Order: sequence, then structure tokens, then C-alpha cells
Amino acid sequence: MEPETDLNALAARVRRTVIERARAAGVGHIGSALSIVDLIAALYGRALRISAPDDNERDRFILSKGHAALALYAVLYDRGLIERELLESYCLDDTPLGTHPEHEVPGIDFSTGSLGHGLSIGAGAALAARLQGSPRRVFVLVSDGECDEGSLWEAVMFAAQHGLSNLIAIVDANGQQAFGYTRDVLDLSPLAARFAAFGWDARELDGHDPEGTALVIEGLAGEPGPPHVLVARTVFGRGVSFMEGRIDWHYWPLDDEHYARALADLALLDAGSALR
Amino acid sequence: MRNAIATGLTELAERDERIVLLTGDLGFTVLERFAERHPQRFFNVGVAEQNMVGLATGLAEAGFVPFVYSIASFAAMRPYEFIRNGPALHRLPVRIVAVGSGIDYGHNGVTHFALEDVGLMRIQPEITTIVPADRDQARAALAAIATLERPVYLRVARQGAPVPGLDGAFELGRINLLREGGDVALVALGPEAHTALAAAALLEPEGVEASVAVVSSFNPSPEEDLRSVLSGVPLVVTIEGHYRSGGLGSWVSEVVTDSGLGTRVSRVGVGSMPHALTGSEAFLAERLGLSPAAIVDAAHAGLRSL
Repeated sequence: MEPETDLNALAARVRRTVIERARAAGVGHIGSALSIVDLIAALYGRALRISAPDDNERDRFILSKGHAALALYAVLYDRGLIERELLESYCLDDTPLGTHPEHEVPGIDFSTGSLGHGLSIGAGAALAARLQGSPRRVFVLVSDGECDEGSLWEAVMFAAQHGLSNLIAIVDANGQQAFGYTRDVLDLSPLAARFAAFGWDARELDGHDPEGTALVIEGLAGEPGPPHVLVARTVFGRGVSFMEGRIDWHYWPLDDEHYARALADLALLDAGSALR
Repeated sequence: MRNAIATGLTELAERDERIVLLTGDLGFTVLERFAERHPQRFFNVGVAEQNMVGLATGLAEAGFVPFVYSIASFAAMRPYEFIRNGPALHRLPVRIVAVGSGIDYGHNGVTHFALEDVGLMRIQPEITTIVPADRDQARAALAAIATLERPVYLRVARQGAPVPGLDGAFELGRINLLREGGDVALVALGPEAHTALAAAALLEPEGVEASVAVVSSFNPSPEEDLRSVLSGVPLVVTIEGHYRSGGLGSWVSEVVTDSGLGTRVSRVGVGSMPHALTGSEAFLAERLGLSPAAIVDAAHAGLRSL
């Protein structure tokens, strides 16, 4: 993939695709997808080195918060890794594009959907790269709610013990989980400090600044050293006013009225970022 | 049998660079040789079985053949979902080496018994489950899976004394017939072949001719062979170091039902959770009904009811 020159423009296209496809399919998980659009734009627009989806030397990406797969499909389409016809099959009958990603889809490295699984796989993939003497890196996008899973911390400990600096975890810290706000369910703040206490290089950043995120990733130190975690402050439902910070939009699909309002909101967001 | 596997694996790793070995902090006096011979490919990942299987998944996707090692009850159950959504879902050649079958860890108590692992694994269509009967068969099984591009669950008994007549034979999808007899078929899961042979010897003076067959693998299902073992035999008694449900006895019942066979099935296995019951393997086998006498009783009852 060639680098994308304008990551904000890429993110804007992805957001629009998310809303369009969610409406067409009549399914939810929209807010979770919008939460990660700017992060995924930084990854697929700039950070990930992918010559071909089946090249063993490609960087790996694991969407451990698999329920945000729609954002992944949208960016895979935008970057030419999946066809429009496949994208438009999202959540129809007999399609591999469900609400959680399947590895049979070109460009998707691992099937996910069960939280707390992706970072272990990522640590194994990072270890594999080291054993094979490869410079490839492994990116794992987890949610803050997912950090409730004990298995995630097993992987955190292993990666630190083995100095897997080719492993980059990104936490989509939107402060929400399926049935409540993280501060009310299991408050893991300060999350970056917790990772740091386990020996990780932990940084916080604005998860809605794709250019800034891409720059931070570019500046991460290589081997030897600790694994990296970017705790990205994000807004659930980013860009759609009536979804932002709302638990119920973890699940609701869009009706006609909400669809129109969502598109109008996205147009406003795009105008704002064009002014910036 | 553990040592046979560890030795075989150490040798295989000389020829196959893809092999890596992960252990969940177990393997004292068993895995040292591998660790010394292949230090770059040996990882004690700590007491973290879920992560161990997740690591193996990531390693296998990149081209490795990871073996993960723990006690069967921990290797199978703690990371079960990681096994399903990892190697099984991604069709990756991860090998789960699960030591201590059934009540092998008798003095350790029920947390260390593996009484449902074979059932859990064999119902996963993507996983090949192997239960070697003895150490020679364990070695043969290791060779048989060398190029198998799918996950394997390898249940390794503590004891590995040779099963008479088996001679280390192993083939995926096949059953080994150890003894012929037309009155009752005794079908054993792996090392319970010893128990079945002892039961057949007890039945012989009574004039009951028992065949003895050993099932050592599932997926591919050795059902063709089972049908021929059961052909013309009115009664089959299954014996396994496992709960009566889910494992070998259930599989035999499925094949009998699916094939419309008239064979009566009697299942010998552990019937309920052993509460506050520890002891030697021999004591527990007797108490829990995994003995030659229990098989003979089941055969008698079965034959009477025909």
C-alpha cells in the first residue's frame, strides 16, 4: 500500500462508509466503529507496511475489539484490499463480512470477536517475527472495556518479559463498554500507568488526530526495548452528535431519520477538519 | 509416555525448524532436554494457559508449528475458547500436549483429573484428538502428525507401558484390533487397552469370547474400522479414563446409532464428579469402576439383557 497523503480525508471517507453500510444492513455496533476510525486511518493510511495480504513479511493488524469490524471493512475497501461488491454484502446472508472480522477475508489477519484474545495472538505474532529475524511489526487494537479480561494482562506480562518492541497495542479508550461506562464497571484508570507498571512503553494521545497518531507510531523505538502501548483518548460514536458518549448506540441500528442526521453531522465534522 | 513425547519432539525439532515448544510452567524432568537442545525455540510462558494458546496461534500463522504443554485439565479447559477461536478457527497446526489423562494425577485431586477433555476436543470438527495407548504409539503419533496442517490435541498418559500386540502401530482414522472374539467387543480409549485386555482374559475361562480394540484418535473418525469391529457382535463395552459421557462411549454410541447397527452399547467410565476422593491411580481406578472387574460386570449385564 502507498501511504495516504491526507489521513483526515481518509478518515472522513471511512466514517461515511460506516454510516452508509450500517444503514443498508440495518445493524448496530456503529458507535464502536466510529470510535476507531481515526486510529484505523492512521494505521492503514500510513503506519502499516503491507505489500500484499498474503506476504509473510507484512505487518500484522489484529482488531481485538472485533465488534468494530465495519470500520475495518471500510478502510480495507478504501485502500483497495477488498472489492465494493464484498463491502456491500456487509451483514447480508452468506457473506464473510459479519459484525466481527473473519480471517478468510483478504486483508484480515485474524478472526476476532471474543474480547481478550487479540493481544495474546499479537504477542505470538511478534515473537514469530523476532524468531524469523523479520522487521515486521504487529499492531493490536483493543478497547478499554476489553482490558477487563484477565487474559489481556497475561499477554501484557509476556510481551514485557520478552521485550517485544515490535508489538504495538493501541487502546481505544472511549470510556464505554457494552452495558455501562468503564469508570462505573471496572475503573482501570490511569490505564497508561498500569501498562507502564508492567514494563511497557506507554503513551497517551488524541485518538482523533490521525496525523498525530501516525507520527507517534513513526517515532516508536525499535528493538531492543519494551512493547509499546498507545492509550488513545477517543469519543464513542465520534462525529455523530446523538451517538457520542451514549451506551445505547453500542447496539441500535439507524432508522431513516437518524441516518439523515448522522450524514449531516459527518458533513459538519468534515467541514471543521477542512478548516483546521 | 511424557518422556517418549519429549524425546521424540526434541528429535523432530532437529529436522523441523518450525517447531517451537511453549510450556505453562510445567515439565520438570521432562522438557529440560528440549530446552537445552533448542533454547531459542523453548519458552516457559508462565502459569498462563490462555496466553500460551494465543501465542501459539500467532506463531503458527507466521509459519511455526507450536507445541504447548500443560497438565491436561489446564491445557484443555482453561484456554478452551482460545483453542476454538485460535487454532481451530484459523486451521493452524498448533499441538496441545496434555499430560495426565483421566485419574493419572490421583493424589492431586479432582482439579488435576482430566475427565471431559476428550469429549471437549473431539466435538471440535477442526481438531484432531489423539490418545496414545502406550509410549511407542505416542512416538508413532508424533511422526504421523509431523505435516498435519490442523490443530492436534495429544492426551499423554503418565504411564506408557507397551500394550501387548500393539507394537507401536498408529494411523489416523484407524482402530487397532488387539484380539478377536465374537461374543462381546471391548473397545478401549488409549491406555485403557490394558484394562480391556485384562478383562478379556477374565472372560475367557467363562467361555465368553471378547475382542479387544483400541481407539487412539478422533477426527478423522475411525468409524469404518469400528463398524467392522462391531460387525456380527451383539454387545460392545467401552472403557475410558474419562466421564462416561462425551468421550469414547458417546462416540461409539453415535456411530452405532448413525449406522443403524443393532449392537448394544455399555459404557464404562467415570459416572460422576469424584468429590474429596484422592489416592493412587490403581485405587481410584478400582473405586471409580475403571477396572477389569467393572468391564466384566458390564459384559455380564449386557449379555444377560440381550
